[in-house]
Amino acid sequence: MSLSLVTLFLLSIMVFLGGQVLPGNVGRAILGPFADQRAVEALNHTLGVDRPLLTQYATWIWNFVQGDMGTSYIFRSPVAPFVIGALGNSMKLAAVAFVLVVPIGILGGVIAALNLNRPLDRIISLGGLSVTVLPEFVTGIILILIFGVWLRWLPISAAWPKDAGFFTQLYYLILPSLPLFLVLFGYIARMARSGMIEALDSDYTRTAVLKGLPWRTVIWRHVLRNALLPTITVIATQTGYLIGGLVVIETLFRYQGIGSLIFTAARGKDFPMLESGILTIGIVYAVATLIADFLYSVLNPRIRLGSD
Amino acid sequence: MSAVQTTSPPPDDTRRRSPMAEVVFSLLRSKTFLVGFAIVLFWVACALFGEHFAPYDPLADDIINALAPPSREHWFGTDQIGRDVFSRVIVGSRDILTVAPLATLLATVAGTALGLLTGYFRGIVDDVVSRILEAFMAIPVVIVALLAIVALGTSKTTVIVVIGLSFAPIIARTVRSAVLAERELDYVAAAQLRHESAVHTMFVEILPNVIPPILVETTVRLGYAIFAVATLSFMGFGIQPPSPDWGLSISSNYGMIGGGFWWTVLFDALAIASLVIGVNLAADGVHGALND
Repeated sequence: MSLSLVTLFLLSIMVFLGGQVLPGNVGRAILGPFADQRAVEALNHTLGVDRPLLTQYATWIWNFVQGDMGTSYIFRSPVAPFVIGALGNSMKLAAVAFVLVVPIGILGGVIAALNLNRPLDRIISLGGLSVTVLPEFVTGIILILIFGVWLRWLPISAAWPKDAGFFTQLYYLILPSLPLFLVLFGYIARMARSGMIEALDSDYTRTAVLKGLPWRTVIWRHVLRNALLPTITVIATQTGYLIGGLVVIETLFRYQGIGSLIFTAARGKDFPMLESGILTIGIVYAVATLIADFLYSVLNPRIRLGSD
Repeated sequence: MSAVQTTSPPPDDTRRRSPMAEVVFSLLRSKTFLVGFAIVLFWVACALFGEHFAPYDPLADDIINALAPPSREHWFGTDQIGRDVFSRVIVGSRDILTVAPLATLLATVAGTALGLLTGYFRGIVDDVVSRILEAFMAIPVVIVALLAIVALGTSKTTVIVVIGLSFAPIIARTVRSAVLAERELDYVAAAQLRHESAVHTMFVEILPNVIPPILVETTVRLGYAIFAVATLSFMGFGIQPPSPDWGLSISSNYGMIGGGFWWTVLFDALAIASLVIGVNLAADGVHGALND
C-alpha cells in the first residue's frame, strides 16, 4: 500500500515536470512562435505558470484533490467531465478483458498443471508465453484482419452507435478486449500453473489424498485455495501493464477511453488534460493495488491486515 | 580472482571445458536458442544488407500502382502511395534493431551500476533507492514515454533514453539480489581485508561473478525493448517517416484496413511478431544454458 502511494507521488512529480516545467514557456507553446511577447506573458499569467514551482505544484495537487482538474487548453472547458467520461469507457473495456481473462487464465494454468509435461501443458504454456510477449497493437491488427475483415464477425472499431444497449456495447468491445486478454493470459496462466504445481507437490495435499478425501475435494478445498494466492498478486500488478495497453488499444480501435484521451492530449500539448488523465490513471492503479492487498488478506488467513 | 564455484565435470566427460565453452556448447545444443537466434540473425542481416536484396527501393513511390494486392511483381503488394511492401518489410528492421539494442545497452549499464551500489552498500541508501526504483517500475513505459516526448520532443534519442531508464530499475533489482548473495562470500571478505577500494571490490571482484544473471536479464529486456520501440513508433513517437519501420508502417496504413487492404499491415505485424518471438526464444535458451 505504502509503495503504491510512493508510485503515485513519483508519478505526480513526473507529470508536473513533464507537463509544466520541462516544456518551458507554456504560453509560447500554445500561441506558437509568432505570437506577440506580451500576449504570451499575459497568457502565462492567466494560466498561473509564472509563479514559483512549489506553489504551482501545491495548487495543482490541492485543486485536483478537490475535483478541480483545470481547464483544457484545446476545448476551453473544464477537464474533469472529459476525464471522468473517458475513465468510465476505459473501465468498461478493462472489465470485459478482466472478466474474460481471469477465469480463463486460471483455468488454463490449472489444466496445464494437472497435465504437467503432457502435450496439453506444452500447448498452453508455450502458446500463452508467445502471445504474452507480442505488442498489443500487433495482436490487435492480426485479430482485426481475421475477425473484422475476413470473417466479418465483429466490428473493427469500438465506436458503437448512439443509444446502444448493454449487449450491443459488449459486442463492440469483444475485439478490442482480445489483445489485452492475450497479453494477460500468459502471465496469469503461468502463475496459476506454478502455484498449482507447488501446491500439488505439498505435504498437505499428500495428507488430504492419503486420508481418503475425494480428488475433487482435494483440488477445490486444498490445492486451489493455496495455489491461487500468488496469482491474485500477479493480477493486481498487471493493472499497470493493462493501463499501458489501453493507451495503445484505444488508439487502434478509436475508442474514447482514458488512454486515447491522454494520447490525444499529449499530441495537442493540452497539458491540463494530459496531467489530470495520467494522475487519474495513477489513482486507479493505487486503488487496484489496495484491493488486491485486501483480497489477498481475505483469502490468506495467515496474513490479516493490521495483525502485526 | 575467480571465485566461480565450478562444479566438477561428470566422470564420463573426459575433456574439460572452460565455463565459457560450456555455456556456448549447451547453447548450441538448445533447439529453442538456435531457432530464436536464426530468426534474429535473419532480421539483423536484413537490417545490414536489406537494400541489396530488396527488389525495389523501399522509399520509391509509384502512385499508379498504389494499393495493388500481392502479385508476382510485388510479392506483398504495394501501400497507399505505391511503395513495395516486401522491400519495406525487409529494410524496416533497421531502425528497430538500432534503437532497441541501444536502449537495452543503456538499461544494462545503468541497471548494473545501480544494482552493484545498492547491493554492496545496503543500509539506508539501498532502502531509499530500492523503494523509489520499485515505485518507478509500476509506471508503464508508454506513460513515461508520453510525458518525456511531450516535454523533450520526438526523437530516436528520447526513445532510447526513456526505454533505457525505464528498464534500468528492473536490471538493477536482478543485479542487486545477485550481489547480496556474492558479498557474503570469502573472496569479497578477502578483498576488503586487502583494503581494496569499494569501487575495485564492486567492479573487479563482484561484477565478473554476477555476469550470468545480467546476461539473462539483458536478453529478456531486449525482447521487451523491441516490444516498446514497436509500440512507440506505432503511436507516432520516436522513429519518424519516411522510415519503412514496421510499427510506423502499420500506424500509417491501418486506417484503411476496413477497405480490405490487409497486405499493407499484415506483413509488418508478422515481422514484429517473428522478431519479438525470436528474441524471446533466444533469451529462453540463454536462461537455460546459464542455469544448468
